[in-house]
Amino acid sequence: MSKKILLEKASIPGIKTYEVYRQNGGYASVEKALKSMTPDEVVEEVKTSGLRGRGGAGFPTGMKWSFIDKKSGKPRHLVCNADESEPGTFKDRFLMEYIPHLLIEGMITSSYALEANLSYIYIRGEYMWVYKILERAIKEAYAAGWLGKNILGTGYNLDLYVHCGGGAYICGEETALIESLEGKRGNPRIKPPFPAVSGLWANPTVVNNVESIAAVPWIVNNMGAEYAKIGIGRSTGTKLISASGHIKNPGVYEIELGLSVDEFMNSDEYLGGMIDDRPLKAFVPGGSSVPVLPANLIYKTANGEDRLMSYESLSDGGFATGSMLGSGGFIVYNDTACIVRNTWNFSRFYHHESCGQCSPCREGTGWLEKVLHRIENGHGREEDIDLLWSIQSKIEGNTICPLGDAAAWPVAAAIRHFRDEFEYHVRFPEKIKNRDHFVNEPFEKVRHLVGKQTV
Amino acid sequence: MERLHIKQEINITEALMERINELLSHYPADKKKSALLPVLHDVQDAHDNWLSIELMDKVAEILEIKPIEVYEVVSFYTMFNQRPIGKYMFEFCQTSPCCLRGVENLMDYTCDKLGVKVGEPTADGMFEVRGVECLGACGYAPMMQLGDFFQENLTKDKIDQLIADCRDNKVILHDK
Repeated sequence: MSKKILLEKASIPGIKTYEVYRQNGGYASVEKALKSMTPDEVVEEVKTSGLRGRGGAGFPTGMKWSFIDKKSGKPRHLVCNADESEPGTFKDRFLMEYIPHLLIEGMITSSYALEANLSYIYIRGEYMWVYKILERAIKEAYAAGWLGKNILGTGYNLDLYVHCGGGAYICGEETALIESLEGKRGNPRIKPPFPAVSGLWANPTVVNNVESIAAVPWIVNNMGAEYAKIGIGRSTGTKLISASGHIKNPGVYEIELGLSVDEFMNSDEYLGGMIDDRPLKAFVPGGSSVPVLPANLIYKTANGEDRLMSYESLSDGGFATGSMLGSGGFIVYNDTACIVRNTWNFSRFYHHESCGQCSPCREGTGWLEKVLHRIENGHGREEDIDLLWSIQSKIEGNTICPLGDAAAWPVAAAIRHFRDEFEYHVRFPEKIKNRDHFVNEPFEKVRHLVGKQTV
Repeated sequence: MERLHIKQEINITEALMERINELLSHYPADKKKSALLPVLHDVQDAHDNWLSIELMDKVAEILEIKPIEVYEVVSFYTMFNQRPIGKYMFEFCQTSPCCLRGVENLMDYTCDKLGVKVGEPTADGMFEVRGVECLGACGYAPMMQLGDFFQENLTKDKIDQLIADCRDNKVILHDK
């Protein structure tokens, strides 16, 4: 179970440079697509592959491509979403840093499929050194004739540029990203119209995640049917997982979808188990927005089946007992972590990152942060837990973009699975004054106190 | 509104203008506004890492847009500074995965060592400590951003070394 597609060549010395990348078979998909396939044939292969958007939503990439308006005659654009900002996620950065030409190759082949002649990579401003790596790699690709006019003598023209953001999580939402690329504040647009009809400068536009675009060269070289054989069920192919928190070997891993969570967590090939061999308490499998799960729901689903690293298995049981694969931002917590503190931290993040357009999100994220802050700091009230539940339920589904849902879900999941920890904070404020309260005395040791009312 | 009165020397050098023109060439001729964010980064880097009203007005003039179109963007994105900041800005990631690896205690250590509070530059203007949201380095926590680069897997010893290197002028902030 260690099929590599994206990072297979990442460890070759010098693979960052054009020469080495080319010597190792790089840009073959551009040759194949431009010389022997029509754009629509490339779209069909990606559809057949079953590739799903790797940014977090998991929407089928080929289907997204098929929505682009090719009839209006307006210029079309492919925009790569490299605004990676979901807490726990650092996989795209790894790919761009270590094998930048794979993304550029994917951009050319994918732009050809969409019949786009002007494409952009939108990278978050904090990845400034990666922006420079991409800028240099694009110059190399121009010099070698893979970009510009009449590529490979086929008559196809493509200009590709990298564009940097200014530090805003919301720009990972595709319409906010487009606004930002137009030089504006990152306020998400009301849909419809969808970007496939009216996107960048009101032209038909497709926005895809870095990892999705980087999978396209392999799919074109080996055909979609081969890609669909990798993985499990509707979770085809491989996925980059960025792992952090209380584990022995944090970092970026490419896994074949369908690997068991147990193997990923505990084998030496991957995370190598818990740091200091402390007990596992909880995990967030797909970035801060997806529901946190307690230890008893991590290796097995509620039905007692093995939990797998796939879209379906991680969401098995719905939000009651499941979570989501999301972006692949895999955060692991041991018994010293405080779920209340972690939830407050996430709520602060969403409050900071809310663009402010929709009242439920602008106000609601602030209320969540305030109420969680007072519980975590020993000033909570018994009714605050139900208040949090009420606030999150009024944000979810009531905003233009999914940031509202992303702010609501972690709070709901924390209360659903760890309510007794919130009650402990409210009832024993003196015991949680120090921010390292569970480092000094893990919750398991004091859980029995919760049932006893104080005062 | 104190910052309105802080004067900033504006110097759009030939090299900077050349870079701005290169950035403008990345967008259709009638879409100059699209270059705003990349241009602001380069202009800010060349002006002690902050943007005064006058400097934003200058950017508006170069891109042929209204000054308000620059102000509203600068105030939206966290990487643009509207006041002078410490030369070496230690921007610690303080989102959950970094907290699990002890960033809060490390920030306290750094502030104590420099004798400052979060968000206040040192008296000599050399250093400032700030807490920021997830920088995408969760597996290499705790970490901070310093200029264009990330400093990862930090320890107290590494902080000591970094402060010494900054004082000795050994730290490169921008990759130009």
